[in-house]
Amino acid sequence: MSNIQSLSSEAQRQDYLDQLESEAIYIMREVAGQFERPALLFSGGKDSITLVRLAQKAFAPGRIPFPLVHIDTGHNFPEATQYRDWMANEVGAKLIVRQVEDTIKAKGLKEPTGKNASRNWLQTFTLLDTIEEFEFDACIGGARRDEEKARAKERIFSFRDEFGQWDPKRQRPELWNLFNGKISKGENVRCFPISNWTELDVWAYIEREKIPLPSIYFSHQREMILRDGNLLANADFIYKDDSDVIVTKTVRFRTVGDMTCTAAVESEASTIEQVVAEIKATRISERGETRIDDQQTEAAMEDRKKGGYF
Amino acid sequence: MDILRFITAGSVDDGKSTLIGRLLYDTKSILADQLEAVEKASKTRGDGEIDLALLTDGLRSEREQGITIDVAYKYFQTPNRKFISIDAPGHIQYTRNMVTGASNADLAIILIDARQGVVEQTRRHSLIASMLGIPHIVVAVNKMDLVGYSEDTFLQIAQEYQKLADKLAIKDLKIIPVSALAGDNIVDKSEAMPWYTGETMLHFLENVDVQHDLNLNDARFSVQYVIRPQTEELHDYRGYAGRVQSGVFRKGDTITVFPSEQTSKIAKIEVYGQEAEEVSAPQSATILLETDVDISRGDLISGTGNSPVLSQDVEATICWMDDRKELKVGNKYTLQHGTTRVRCSVKGIEYRVDISNYDQLEDIESLKLNDVAKIVLRTAKPIAYDAYQTNRANGAAILIDETSNVTVGACMVEA
Repeated sequence: MSNIQSLSSEAQRQDYLDQLESEAIYIMREVAGQFERPALLFSGGKDSITLVRLAQKAFAPGRIPFPLVHIDTGHNFPEATQYRDWMANEVGAKLIVRQVEDTIKAKGLKEPTGKNASRNWLQTFTLLDTIEEFEFDACIGGARRDEEKARAKERIFSFRDEFGQWDPKRQRPELWNLFNGKISKGENVRCFPISNWTELDVWAYIEREKIPLPSIYFSHQREMILRDGNLLANADFIYKDDSDVIVTKTVRFRTVGDMTCTAAVESEASTIEQVVAEIKATRISERGETRIDDQQTEAAMEDRKKGGYF
Repeated sequence: MDILRFITAGSVDDGKSTLIGRLLYDTKSILADQLEAVEKASKTRGDGEIDLALLTDGLRSEREQGITIDVAYKYFQTPNRKFISIDAPGHIQYTRNMVTGASNADLAIILIDARQGVVEQTRRHSLIASMLGIPHIVVAVNKMDLVGYSEDTFLQIAQEYQKLADKLAIKDLKIIPVSALAGDNIVDKSEAMPWYTGETMLHFLENVDVQHDLNLNDARFSVQYVIRPQTEELHDYRGYAGRVQSGVFRKGDTITVFPSEQTSKIAKIEVYGQEAEEVSAPQSATILLETDVDISRGDLISGTGNSPVLSQDVEATICWMDDRKELKVGNKYTLQHGTTRVRCSVKGIEYRVDISNYDQLEDIESLKLNDVAKIVLRTAKPIAYDAYQTNRANGAAILIDETSNVTVGACMVEA
């Protein structure tokens, strides 16, 4: 008896990353077990890259039993798009790409124009159409609760009605690790396996697992637009006026969103170890530093999510 | 470094948000822009002081009403531990939210206002914590600055709480005099209370042993998914993917599958494709068996230790969570236990517990939102369960409404 006890406690002295990994894999398997047609929302950013690694591990030695889905705004970093194609091929998963451009044309949507115009909000339409097209009943996403205060309140299995809406006041109680993914036809669930990970946990995991990342996460020289103290990558489709200054800077990106709304940080960090060291030392949060769309109002994310956003 | 999940129970008036804010602030877990945003929002509200509650109140309606409605999660870490702080509202009308938050907690901090002592709310929060089987309770006797840092006041409250704890069979209890506002005994030892020689709050949180809280005797593994690659080289591969809920599984162990009660031996254990000699709770793994056994999602693999109860009759303590419909005898629901779902009907309500004074009330016909009661269920098929108080993972279940699909009840099973 005492022998068993001591062996056991040795065996289960798991590191915090092992614990987070084990929980995320449990959630991945719940999604595969509870739903008929799940999909993994993949952007080529570090959080969804982490999800792909977790999915590989969860179903090894089998293949990932669901497709990777990318909602392409047409404003993505080319490095991230290239990485996306490479990664899908590397893990042998099916990749589905749907273009926001096509939704704009088909639905005659009015595209935001002018300064700080972003297709970020328009992605929701394409996402909901894609869910309908493939009849996805679950979409796995890389959202984390430490990112933003509306997300801190969201369930791991987050129910969406037939219009894709999130109702924060009527969320299902989520007890123990008993996830309730029961839905009616047309409804779906967004599932967030890395809800309990922080930005630093994701980086530490990527470092430990030696997961390759798109090059924009590391220091490089780039032509940038200096606007209101933020550094945006220059691209033809970004509206510029006289107050914008074009500069060449040595930068890296801390998050990967649309080029129109993702700001860079000046950095010389060219290895994963150096990036992790810089993030440990920073005094500014991920979204505050890099997401221009969230700096606008106190409830920007909550409002987007209610409308069906990721 | 490991992870500690703790819930903080108490109301805004007890200084709960100040306490969490203090822990976040003193461990340097609030970043400059987040603090700035809170300062800005505090100013627009015009009360001058920085309101640290704004860090946790994430929804617009919560900020408008100035209360925490839903469970919020906050993350911070020290070199020793990663902490997941679960913040649940304290008012009686949000009992279900506290139950939800408590279900995943290793530890509960219960706040007592030193000026008030043990009050109804203290009794309610303590009952929920003990009912949910939280192994460690820390009572923070807060606002010591407002009672002149009096040792007598503290000792009186501690004694009163100890009496309450004895009734609830709390496994590990720690009582600490603090002032969250002034920072006494939160991260640093209080100079104002030299008579207190015990640990500070953070020191206790960093060092409390949670490894031994897991049930490591009774081996249970719920099958989530069957991995069958069906490729040429893995033609006969059949792996049962799941998570060890309790106990330890080793290669060569004799196992029993529930509910079919077939037996076999473990041929191989894999952790994400890598072979392992043994796995223990709460690790995710894949188990391969020596013989062909018919196993699918929802089955329970049981190994060494005591066997689970296999039965269609289930007695459980329930917290009712539906604000639209009441639970009544004869009602039917879907019971989710482990990875299995089975229909069940309510056979009886034995009694309801008044969670403020622990009285058992009999002749109860129905349960309303936030009611806690002992009920008897009959399931359509046998399920394999353990007693919640000795095995949280295999003794927990939820009830799902069959028409709305909403989670309506939290069940802690007795065996």
